[in-house]
Amino acid sequence: MNETEEDRADAWFHALSDRTRRDILRRVLAGEHSVSALAASYDMSFAAVQKHVAVLERAGLLTKRRQGREALASGDVAAVRSVGEMLTELESLWRGRISRIDELIAEPELDHSSAPPRRPTQED
Amino acid sequence: MPVTDVSHDLGARTITIVAEFAAPPKRIWEVYADPRQLERVWGPPTYPATFVDHDLTPGGRMNYYMTGPEGDRYYGYWEVQEVDEPHSFTLIDGFALDEKFTKNPDLPESANVFSFVEHDGGTRATYVGTYASAEALQKVLDMGVVEGSTTAINQIDDLVA
Repeated sequence: MNETEEDRADAWFHALSDRTRRDILRRVLAGEHSVSALAASYDMSFAAVQKHVAVLERAGLLTKRRQGREALASGDVAAVRSVGEMLTELESLWRGRISRIDELIAEPELDHSSAPPRRPTQED
Repeated sequence: MPVTDVSHDLGARTITIVAEFAAPPKRIWEVYADPRQLERVWGPPTYPATFVDHDLTPGGRMNYYMTGPEGDRYYGYWEVQEVDEPHSFTLIDGFALDEKFTKNPDLPESANVFSFVEHDGGTRATYVGTYASAEALQKVLDMGVVEGSTTAINQIDDLVA
């Protein structure tokens, strides 16, 4: 992976790590909202809300368009749902594989690779 | 948990998993070199894998199937490309149609690089899997071979609910 791609992944998780941004995202996934209408919903400055919107936009989770003097934001459902779910599911598969490797290598060393092959005998 | 880092690459449909194991690279390599060990770690517990062919050499092929709870089988193959024992190997992982392991042209392959580096007396393993497209990734998941959802997925579901 190159730096740009790493940055994009970082941006995505960073954007979702904040509760205000998750809340903004929920709203704009439900429908287009102007940034000023969003700002009215939070007990913080318009500039602060604008910054949160910009973080979501940079992460590709939200898109903005201008209409007259307003900036209208809407959530990118595809980005959130399909890519997020897909990669997280794969992650869970890999976490399972890795914990099974961990269990396997923690087991007592298997003898059959080092010990000479034994012939079955009467006693066995 | 020995997983130390997970990065998702949204643009390239790549997932990179970094894990640390308390054993040298040679031991981790053995897991892949021995089909009986490999099948214990490849399929999820509810879909255990059985490797019927196993050839971890350049150009070699691994054929396996996973068995579901109802006895349903999912056939797959690895095409082994480069092998640098015990440090790394690359493989194409794909789905097969049946027990003859004919490639299923309708299902996507993924390109994978598995590498093992000595680290603090143990091994740092890096797994990179790349899918051609989001659609390819979705098809793989639709196969139902992936383990159940995690809390992370639930978080996303809550988010979009």
